[in-house]
Amino acid sequence: MKISPEKVAGIARLARLDLDQDKLELFAGQVGDILDYMDKLGELDTDAVEPMYSPVAHTTVLRKDEVRKDYRREEVLANAPEQDGQFFIVPRIV
Amino acid sequence: MSELYTKTLSQVAAMLGSGEVTAVEAVRACLDRIEATEPEVKALLTVTGEQALKQAEAMDAAGPDAAKPLWGVPVVLKDLLATKDVKTTCASKILENFVPFYDATAVTRLKEAGAIIIGKANMDEFAMGSSTENSAFFQTRNPWDTERVPGGSSGGSGATVAAGQCFGALGTDTGGSIRTPASFCGIVGLKPTYGRVSRFGLIAYGSSLDQIGPMTRSVEDAARMLQVIAGYDPKDSTSVDVEVPDYLAALGRENLEGVTIGLPREYWGEGLDAEVEASLKASVDKMEALGARTVEVSLSLTDYAIATYYIIAMAEASSNLSRFDGVRFGHRDKDADELIDMYTRSRTQGFGDEVQRRIILGTYVLSSGYYDAYYNKAAKVRRLLREDFDKAFTLCDFIAGPVLPTTAFKVGDKVDPLQMYLIDIFTISANLAGLPGMSLPVGLGADSGMPVGLQLMGPAFCEADMLSVAECLERNLGPMPMPAL
Repeated sequence: MKISPEKVAGIARLARLDLDQDKLELFAGQVGDILDYMDKLGELDTDAVEPMYSPVAHTTVLRKDEVRKDYRREEVLANAPEQDGQFFIVPRIV
Repeated sequence: MSELYTKTLSQVAAMLGSGEVTAVEAVRACLDRIEATEPEVKALLTVTGEQALKQAEAMDAAGPDAAKPLWGVPVVLKDLLATKDVKTTCASKILENFVPFYDATAVTRLKEAGAIIIGKANMDEFAMGSSTENSAFFQTRNPWDTERVPGGSSGGSGATVAAGQCFGALGTDTGGSIRTPASFCGIVGLKPTYGRVSRFGLIAYGSSLDQIGPMTRSVEDAARMLQVIAGYDPKDSTSVDVEVPDYLAALGRENLEGVTIGLPREYWGEGLDAEVEASLKASVDKMEALGARTVEVSLSLTDYAIATYYIIAMAEASSNLSRFDGVRFGHRDKDADELIDMYTRSRTQGFGDEVQRRIILGTYVLSSGYYDAYYNKAAKVRRLLREDFDKAFTLCDFIAGPVLPTTAFKVGDKVDPLQMYLIDIFTISANLAGLPGMSLPVGLGADSGMPVGLQLMGPAFCEADMLSVAECLERNLGPMPMPAL
């Protein structure tokens, strides 16, 4: 499948990546080759097959709705690029 | 005690337990070995020497503790396992300065068993790769020949164990990332059944595929480490609540009588290097001489496994990696004055090429209009692959085959991403099916002189039996040498 650099740029935008022109062109070729390879799955008839998303059955584990403090606020904030001791700081949104 | 590094984990654990060696001596032996070999091997991103020595001193003051099976044993962790107060980078610029405030469950269990963590191992960035050439920091080299790759993505873990820098390491295996470096570096690597070991605190790549496992210099060592890390964890909803057997008690079988080994015709055909095929055939002959019966089986969908794997792995990766946005942790671009722009710039600067490529592919296969054609299709083929294994295991107890078609290749040899993906052909099916697999060193290739690994795979939760078969074969093949470093 041929994938254009413009198409890759569109996908990159969705993934919050900003790639320069050289990389868009490189990735377009590589992504096209890889998708061509993946297209071989089309040879298999899977109409009646139930998809398998995980090897184990996922169950939603609910704990009791009790307030507890596993970690301290300063621990949670410690790796933030910007914080004020109470909150994560991000650029202005509105 | 200068040769202490040549001992296995089991030997050192016994020496520590009896007081023959102190924890400080064990840690010093590893640190000396790191100093001597690390300039060439470059297996470690972080060495926690001072902390390890301090911890060892405190442990020596209290004396050995028989209740702790790894008391005083120095170990290394792949740098995607969260370690409290120790940098955890995933070999990525985006997490260059990340210091977790908690331990992964596997790490907690190692610590509770008395193990001493002496370092964090290099890896392919976010575990994406088969050669450890994708680390954002430096490339790890194979201790057998430093012009060659150690395999990936747990290449640092493989190299540090093979080089004698520690007595055991933890790796993770999403598509073969424990078994590949174990094979290339001539050590034992075990990927347990999906759900056997808690994934809490593992920085996720492909959540339905990732599993943590031991990398060691003997099968008994692997059993010892697995015993410690295995078991249900309420913090991980994918960990399975079934009893953990006594893996050590299962070892020591005299022969392989009553064991049926399946040889998949798709694994033993064309494409195997002659030296790999010769070493593997000799090990299968040995299994037969020990009483095992061999039968030909078919994993007929093997040809479709790589496409299936990469669609699922990349889809899950693109989703998992969306948490790296520069808000709560990780690299942030300082100049953006608008939120979305900050996300985009931070991620663009922080992720390396292979990670970006996989995010793009993952986003594509999950995007509207392509989801059914790729992701859903792959999930269906995944079930067929699992059924292929179930069918094979009605005919045999274990499957034996190659881990990789070749021995370790030279650094820079495989530059095309698709070419690199194709070498995972024999390992990825076990991840898709959630089954356990291990690499056992069975000798050195006649042409390259590089290690060859035999892969064993079995039904879910068969680790105790699989380890016992591997240990019997290991004992009868004789000890694997250590690389001359």
